[in-house]
Amino acid sequence: MNWWELFATAGPVLLTGALYTLLFAVAAMVLGLALGFAVALVRVARVPLVSHLAAFYVSAMRGTPLLVQIFVIYYGLPGVGIEFEPVTAGILALTLNVAAYLSESMRGAIAGVEKGQWDAALSLGFTWWQSMRYVVAPQALRLAVPSLSNSLISLIKDTSLVSVITVTELMLATKEVIAQTFQPLPLYLAAAAIYWALSASFERVQKRVEARLERAHRR
Amino acid sequence: MSIEIRNIHKRFGDFTALDNVNLTVESGELVALLGPSGCGKTTLLRIIAGLETPDAGRVLFGGEDATHTHVSERQVGFVFQHYALFRHMTVFDNVAFGLSVRPRKVRPSKEEIRDKVMKLLKLVQLDWLADAYPGQLSGGQRQRIALARSLAVEPKVLLLDEPFGALDAKVRKDLRRWLRELHDEIHVTSVFVTHDQEEALEVSDRVVVMDHGRIEQVGAPDDIYEHPASPFVTQFLGDVNLFHGRVDGAHLTIGDYAHPLAAPPGEGQALAYVRPHDLIVSRAADDALASGTVEHIHAVGPLVRIEVATGDGQTLEAVLAKEVFRELAILPGESVFLKPRKVSVFLADGDYSI
Repeated sequence: MNWWELFATAGPVLLTGALYTLLFAVAAMVLGLALGFAVALVRVARVPLVSHLAAFYVSAMRGTPLLVQIFVIYYGLPGVGIEFEPVTAGILALTLNVAAYLSESMRGAIAGVEKGQWDAALSLGFTWWQSMRYVVAPQALRLAVPSLSNSLISLIKDTSLVSVITVTELMLATKEVIAQTFQPLPLYLAAAAIYWALSASFERVQKRVEARLERAHRR
Repeated sequence: MSIEIRNIHKRFGDFTALDNVNLTVESGELVALLGPSGCGKTTLLRIIAGLETPDAGRVLFGGEDATHTHVSERQVGFVFQHYALFRHMTVFDNVAFGLSVRPRKVRPSKEEIRDKVMKLLKLVQLDWLADAYPGQLSGGQRQRIALARSLAVEPKVLLLDEPFGALDAKVRKDLRRWLRELHDEIHVTSVFVTHDQEEALEVSDRVVVMDHGRIEQVGAPDDIYEHPASPFVTQFLGDVNLFHGRVDGAHLTIGDYAHPLAAPPGEGQALAYVRPHDLIVSRAADDALASGTVEHIHAVGPLVRIEVATGDGQTLEAVLAKEVFRELAILPGESVFLKPRKVSVFLADGDYSI
């Protein structure tokens, strides 16, 4: 079987897998950004008790392997009566994991906005939330984009780990095709190329966002 | 709206920033808080704004207790040394923002906001920069925008923290005059913090001189300059020459020199301060307070500054008008005699705190 024929048979399977990978990545990104922002907020606002819980959550998520987290959620939790579909469990694990990293980037960026911006906003009559929403967060976002992008690109690749809970995303799809065709090199290379293409298109998004946020800082 | 500061105390750890400060700012007044860094002037301003909470004491706005009113409800305009413009917004949006985030009930319409912002930008003479971002402006322009932004919400009081501190000398001078004119026009009760005595004396109606968390003296600029109440105020308001002497009866004696005092501060060891422009330089020895050798002559501009080294290792400074200097025709290395026109005398062990 030459490579053309190989890709003609493997193509549809790999693309379906890639779609799942994309689904996991996008869902975990959106949910992770939201959860990460919430975690960063309660820590910046020093909400009593909740901010300690948030700190514990961040430490636990960053201090344990994603693979273990996926196993705990999919294979462990049913032991206490909580069961998830593989797709749900995958999205949940990726979200919880990436949100911890994202929240730290956001927290750092929020702290990186000058204190004077808060003072100025508050003295103009803004509430704490308005100051955060309209003044601090938009400026923090600009500072956070490079490090947020780091985490999000890692996330795209981390989706390969959910293959261990029987979700036929790109990685598992590739393995299945290899099992039928015994052609590991071209197929793994094809999978790698697809991951890279996904990451590269995300980098383009990052560039656009940066350019947009940079508008006010051009001279 | 008047501001009353009553018995304010504030500590940061072991450092006492404000030690029982009392002050009343009348409605419509422009008051300068003047002092060296660390004297507590900025802390006091931030407490008035509500950006800092006092450990003890009260702040009253128009007679009403505002000590526990949150900064966002105090209706103050605050101008920061480093402008603190919102860098991600245009100049127009910066100025408009305080109005456009108001609750719907009290928010002016879009047109009203637009008119008001353009009016304010005209007031600060920068309406042509409405669509620029703060990063594209010069320091002086940014500070004027910051002022327009703080005025947009119609503050009851305007607070300025070293507003011209980050600007170069020429712009600072222009903006000083401009702030004075602006205040004459809108008459909002204003307090500004500065460490520049010239700025305080030139711009304000009254000057509050502070040191070590306490108020040293409060008064009109010329009053404070002519009648400083303590050695600290005397030294802080400008260059001085210091002499050590004694007060006996109605005379100050420094070595062989005797100076009559209209209002002697008491009896005993005394510090005598003479401003450089109050030292008369002459070649005649009679009635001289000090003598010495001319070390340097700085003759740039209408005033000539002369440094005289006395025998005991002190360097005295005298300032005279260029015409007087020409008549005297002094050269470096010559011996001259110095005589005071006016002396500020304080007892060496006196307590001048108020």
